[in-house]
Amino acid sequence: MERTLIGKPLVAGSAEGRAVVSTQPLSFWGGLSPRTGEVIDRRHERSGAIVTGKIFVFPRGKGSSTSSAVLMEGIRAGTAPAAIITARVDSILALGAIVADELYHKTVPVVVLSQEDFDSISEGDYLVIEPDGRIKVRPAEGKWA
Amino acid sequence: MSISLTVKDRRKLSGQYGGAARLAMSILIRMAEVYGAPELMDVTQAHIDGCALMCDSGLEFAETLVARGARVSVPTTLNMIPLDLQNWRRQRISSEFANKANRIASAYTEMGCVPTWTCAPYQGYLTPRFGQQIAWGESNAIVYANSVLGARTNRYGDYMDICAAITGRVPKSGLHLKRNRKGQILLRLADIAPQLLRDDTLYVALGHFMGGLVQEKVPVIEGLPVDATGDQLKALGAAAASSGAVALFHALGVTPEANTLKEAFQGNTPESVIDVGLSDLRRAWSELSTADEGVKLDAIVLGCPHFSYAEFQQLAQAIEAEGGRSLHPGLRIIVLTSQTSYALLQRGNFMNTLLDFGIEIVLDTCVLHSPIISSDAEVMMTNSGKCAYYAPGELGVQVAFGSMRDCVRSAIEGAVCWGRTVWKGP
Repeated sequence: MERTLIGKPLVAGSAEGRAVVSTQPLSFWGGLSPRTGEVIDRRHERSGAIVTGKIFVFPRGKGSSTSSAVLMEGIRAGTAPAAIITARVDSILALGAIVADELYHKTVPVVVLSQEDFDSISEGDYLVIEPDGRIKVRPAEGKWA
Repeated sequence: MSISLTVKDRRKLSGQYGGAARLAMSILIRMAEVYGAPELMDVTQAHIDGCALMCDSGLEFAETLVARGARVSVPTTLNMIPLDLQNWRRQRISSEFANKANRIASAYTEMGCVPTWTCAPYQGYLTPRFGQQIAWGESNAIVYANSVLGARTNRYGDYMDICAAITGRVPKSGLHLKRNRKGQILLRLADIAPQLLRDDTLYVALGHFMGGLVQEKVPVIEGLPVDATGDQLKALGAAAASSGAVALFHALGVTPEANTLKEAFQGNTPESVIDVGLSDLRRAWSELSTADEGVKLDAIVLGCPHFSYAEFQQLAQAIEAEGGRSLHPGLRIIVLTSQTSYALLQRGNFMNTLLDFGIEIVLDTCVLHSPIISSDAEVMMTNSGKCAYYAPGELGVQVAFGSMRDCVRSAIEGAVCWGRTVWKGP
């Protein structure tokens, strides 16, 4: 069954894909490789996951101020997530997407959800993000079985 | 939401101040919406982290700004870059990599930035004043500027820093405003022995613990000694800004906005009060290492953030305390620093102690950004919480965290060596 969440778009755009979900914050620099799209923070619960082309759902950024550069480089190189959904406004990640948008005219939407809506997204859910921040959620197969 | 712009802001946005100011202003206005800021405000200094990462997009952004006539409008310092500009030829770095790094360096100096090339700008040139409104990048520098100096900056990410430097403007929000600088969480150091409160390692363990606990909130630490050094607070902040998103902490009686608890919390009650005991700090200490005692080391890295003159002095003392024992053959011990600290070191009287032991001094850069350490390296040791946090991901190594003395002893043994330490537990 499809449902719709209403988020706040920090960087507005359209995207769709499968959700890669984490409950832990992540610093993109030192935590995500712009060469491979792999989560490389070896202390992170999703270490080894590839987020390229996925909707990366995690509560917030942390750590390095180079995280915006890592996101922009991932967007340039085509390794970035298709979109980012967080539970808190993360200005550094929004910045990376905004500068990439200005420089390359490539948009990776960044949307903030309420904690409750954020928690309702599961690994593998298929998400469709609209420019106004609406997110259609199709549950991963077998979720309701 | 609409942002209220001044006439001058509008002129910058419409291109009357050139193409670079226009691009910078349009990024700042989009960021003002992200921050929910009603207007922009002036900053009088900037520190640029956008030069740190070796990547094509960062180079392209910087060169685009130069091509559009960018010029910084406030005094602006530069973070470390991915190259030791003076010594790279001796470090087996490819000329392609060096050329790109040199182009990044040229672009930022062309814009009028001061070539400080350091991640510890607060220990060099243009140290901000108390209350000064600044736009700083580099997580460890941000937390130091806010907490220890009492200057005011948000956690600015790469490329917004240069936009602020060009326009002299930032969104009026966050830690620029006094009301957002109040403490939120009180951390009380409970039952920590006085001699341990003077141990450098405590500051790293506390920072690592605190960052993971408070994330983006403003913690107030009660119980640090009033004579905690700048280098200790630098280590604390760097660790907290790695395990968490800390941009400002207060330490009661130590940092300038926390003379009393009332002042630190601006008269409010803490959201929560947490007692931090030795067991919490021991856990944080052990989390920082992924390598075990006795494992053979390939490299030891000190100077994350960049070493100060005082830290060089401390290192020389740690080496002298080993009574002439020498560095294990084949093991590298690298110290990262700025040209500014290096200039002082050259005039000090202990440089030979360091060089005779085999210390390699690397300027301007960072082992996590410049290929200084061989990609074959498997295990490294550091006295830095920040380096210990990021090295496993960035370098693919196992890491051991220890004090400066642990690092020197391990350098002699050639293997991770903590000896008898209070941190390992009873």
